[in-house]
Amino acid sequence: MAAKKKELQVAALENGTVIDHIPNDQLFKVVSLLGIKKSTTPVTIGYGLDSKKMSKKGIIKIADKFFKADEIDRISLIAPSSQLNIIRDYEVVEKKLVELPGELVGIVKCNNPKCITNNEPMKTRFQVIDKHNVTLKCHYCEMKTKKEDVIII
Amino acid sequence: MKKESFVSIADCSKEDILHLMKQAEGFEQNPNQKILEGKVCATLFFEPSTRTRLSFETAINRLGGRVIGFSDASTTSSSKGETLKDTIKMVSNYADVIIMRHHLEGAARYASEITDIPIINAGDGANQHPSQTMLDLYSIYKTQGRLDHLVITMVGDLKYGRTVHSLLNGMSHFNPTFHFVAPEELRLPDIYKQFLDEKGISYFEHTDFSPEVINQSDILYMTRVQRERFTDLMEYEKVKNSYILTNEMLDHSKPNLRVLHPLPRVNEIAYDVDDNPKAYYFEQAKNGLYARQAIICNALIKN
Repeated sequence: MAAKKKELQVAALENGTVIDHIPNDQLFKVVSLLGIKKSTTPVTIGYGLDSKKMSKKGIIKIADKFFKADEIDRISLIAPSSQLNIIRDYEVVEKKLVELPGELVGIVKCNNPKCITNNEPMKTRFQVIDKHNVTLKCHYCEMKTKKEDVIII
Repeated sequence: MKKESFVSIADCSKEDILHLMKQAEGFEQNPNQKILEGKVCATLFFEPSTRTRLSFETAINRLGGRVIGFSDASTTSSSKGETLKDTIKMVSNYADVIIMRHHLEGAARYASEITDIPIINAGDGANQHPSQTMLDLYSIYKTQGRLDHLVITMVGDLKYGRTVHSLLNGMSHFNPTFHFVAPEELRLPDIYKQFLDEKGISYFEHTDFSPEVINQSDILYMTRVQRERFTDLMEYEKVKNSYILTNEMLDHSKPNLRVLHPLPRVNEIAYDVDDNPKAYYFEQAKNGLYARQAIICNALIKN
């Protein structure tokens, strides 16, 4: 039943992106991070859907939208292992897992008030030193930030 | 970003460090060389540091270069709200190299990314002070004849001591054994211990500053235990005299042992140690000149 429903949702899109397997509790954060409120094309948001992989999941379907790498990087911090389906002409042409990149530019705020990035008009830059536990290191002040302290700009 | 910039000790390979040691050795033998003739070097001290600035400026003068710059940001446009970027861009039009100290962490790294001329970090907040590390390394190299397989004991404030953390990093290429002597509140933070674990470097932690530790050491690196670092002043009162080095504590130390201190010292080394031939902290400061000559030449002259 659930599988059929999912097929229908994907198939209904002519062109666009389906973000699937979003952890249910992160769904609305992902919606806000992607700036979906400002979307000019139709968006379907599914909350609390049944999932084989996880008990409940969220799904976002956006018509005529294809994300840039840095937009995906933002969600990778809060919803890693979500799945991106790129739809063109009703077909899934590409599937990719959302994965934390090696470097995050202009996405995370440095928690060190004495860091240059908090005092100059410039982009922050972090190296991801532990992908599994999400540990970031500021490229400038060299301070480390753990997952629970990450603030997304 | 620019290979010639000197921003963090973590950027230096074993070969880089050894190359700088050899160069510093050359400058010690012959400090007055006209290598920088015709070069203009800017010393931008957004935060005052007389000792470091004089050392750098002496290095430039002895190499025949010219110095421009400021020793206090309150007299410059940054006090009017000019960004660091604009100041660096402006000075880059005039100088061949910028030596900078800034109170914000990461300032030198950022500066190195916005200009084409080399940046030398003379201290960025609590983050890095790599020329101090180079002079510490040169002092060890010179007094021990090598950097490999030495027993290094660090004493005092190992939690906040920037020089301690950078020296750990610099020495990590050379298979050292570390002893860390510190009060409970000022122990070496876990991230540095993890770093040593990853590198397979052995270390031992002590709260007692005992002759047993001193007697196995090749280098005794003393730092200041500062009152303002303690959350519990009772604790400070209890430990404040426990990490003081006195002359008799050196009685049975190894003949090659040398006592280092980044200075300024307050009371952590008793004055009677000064006349002991094992006391090396004043010569250590002098080595800063040769180390900085090497750093500046390396940044400016590609070989």
